Amino acid sequence: MAEVRAIDYTGSERLTMNMGPQHPSAHGVFRAILTLEGEKIVGVDAVIGYLHRCHEKLAENLAYVQYPSIASKTDYVAAMSSELAYVMAAEKIGQFEVPKRAQYLRVMVNELQRVASHCLWLGTWCLDMGGALGGGTSIFLYCIRERETVLDLFESLVGARLLYGFHQVGGVRYDPSAGWAAQCRATIDTIEKRLLEYEQMLDDNAFFEARTRNVGVISSALAQDVGVSGPLLRASGVNFDLRRDQPYSSYEDFDFKVPVETEGDCHARYRVRMVEFRESIKIVRQALDRLPEGPISSRPGVKSLGQVRVPKGEAYARVEGPRGEVGCYLVADGSQKPYRMKWRGASFSNLAVLPYILPGVTVADVVAIMGSVDPVFGEVDR
Amino acid sequence: MSAEMNIARARMLLEGIPGVTLSGEGPILTVETPVDQFAVVGAMLKEKVGCLFFAFLTAIDHKEAGLEVVARLDNLDSRVCVMLRTKLGAGNTRCPSLFAIYRGANWMEREAFDMFGIVFDGHPDLRRMLLPEDWVGHPLLKSYAVDTPYPPYR
Repeated sequence: MAEVRAIDYTGSERLTMNMGPQHPSAHGVFRAILTLEGEKIVGVDAVIGYLHRCHEKLAENLAYVQYPSIASKTDYVAAMSSELAYVMAAEKIGQFEVPKRAQYLRVMVNELQRVASHCLWLGTWCLDMGGALGGGTSIFLYCIRERETVLDLFESLVGARLLYGFHQVGGVRYDPSAGWAAQCRATIDTIEKRLLEYEQMLDDNAFFEARTRNVGVISSALAQDVGVSGPLLRASGVNFDLRRDQPYSSYEDFDFKVPVETEGDCHARYRVRMVEFRESIKIVRQALDRLPEGPISSRPGVKSLGQVRVPKGEAYARVEGPRGEVGCYLVADGSQKPYRMKWRGASFSNLAVLPYILPGVTVADVVAIMGSVDPVFGEVDR
Repeated sequence: MSAEMNIARARMLLEGIPGVTLSGEGPILTVETPVDQFAVVGAMLKEKVGCLFFAFLTAIDHKEAGLEVVARLDNLDSRVCVMLRTKLGAGNTRCPSLFAIYRGANWMEREAFDMFGIVFDGHPDLRRMLLPEDWVGHPLLKSYAVDTPYPPYR
């Protein structure tokens, strides 16, 4: 940087501060070059790409049967939703049928994934905002404890705790074993009870209120303009949820509420996500109750690379992931590999709003805002 | 406004523009425009059809036929989705920017510049988004081999 310090017209010094790329509140490798006047931010230059692996080029070089297990590495704390977006795009072009049981299993794992992902969000966010919250570390450890139990469920279902390879074109690869449903019910019952404990710790907590109310306000016009989606969009007053408004994978069979708040600040995002926790648990219960019998895939298990051939065509499949609209735009040329694949990472668009909301806030607020945006850098950088 | 009314309105507005073709059925509309009309049509879709939500912008490399820019714009109230596309033509890498219309185009266009080398006219800050500034080449072009060496890693 040539110009590190400059005197502005008021006579006060401007300071350029480098936040990251190894900052603990960034939840990954994110660098923000902040221009400060005192403690107030006047300019932001966001630098991303530290985790870039060029997934889109990889997808052009991997067959349809290979890529789903790599797709989970885009958003690695919500691997189920990115896998689902990829296989749904291939199924859309090829018009492959998905058995009802597989659709319900997809819904179930995606909602469990949302619970696990929101646990991580709440824990790390409160940890970032510090011990003033009646023990930021305690709530972090409580949330991680709950997330572990969901990962245990995934482990007994798939064999992996973080990156699953659960979905395949035409269905899913694993059927729950005997006893899994009971384990799942016990887990979500416990989490539902503990959510109340978190709320007791945070609601009406003066420090939490001070850190989150009227901080990082995103207007509904700005949110749509930038392409912000998911809980952030709903916290800004836009009543839109892909699961309800453009149902996929039999979401129309389930009964759930879509929370909407109008304030658009960090606290509104917190309230939206806390409702989503409970709604996800509700959906998992419904899926367990009504899980249909039948095959879990319309296609045989993966044996060879050329097994899935998708005809020429293109499709855009999108999934309501924990962080918002996870989209996969696929262009197929009739071979065993896609011609072109574009990931619309929900975190990428959510993070793109930062340069518009950070000017005017203090450095400490950046931490609260970053946590409420809940970016996952695997998905931002892809 | 309902989806049908939005679609009808988009058809009425856009069919008059020379070179614009519309296709698609249901609430998903594909609009193909000539390069010079790309931003004009984008502004019309936002203001007149209510496509306020900027989902993504990307490009496709059709090898000899040149590059194609694709943007997805949604109307979240009436659930109308528009795929706005334009073919840049062989050898051409310039495209009008949507930045003045959609702020989300800022990072998306920088990424398309990074990956395909498309220069968006009107973008105020067109730098590489994901790759380092000293990177050579644009990886998502079909002419860029997946194992292209990058110094000092050979």
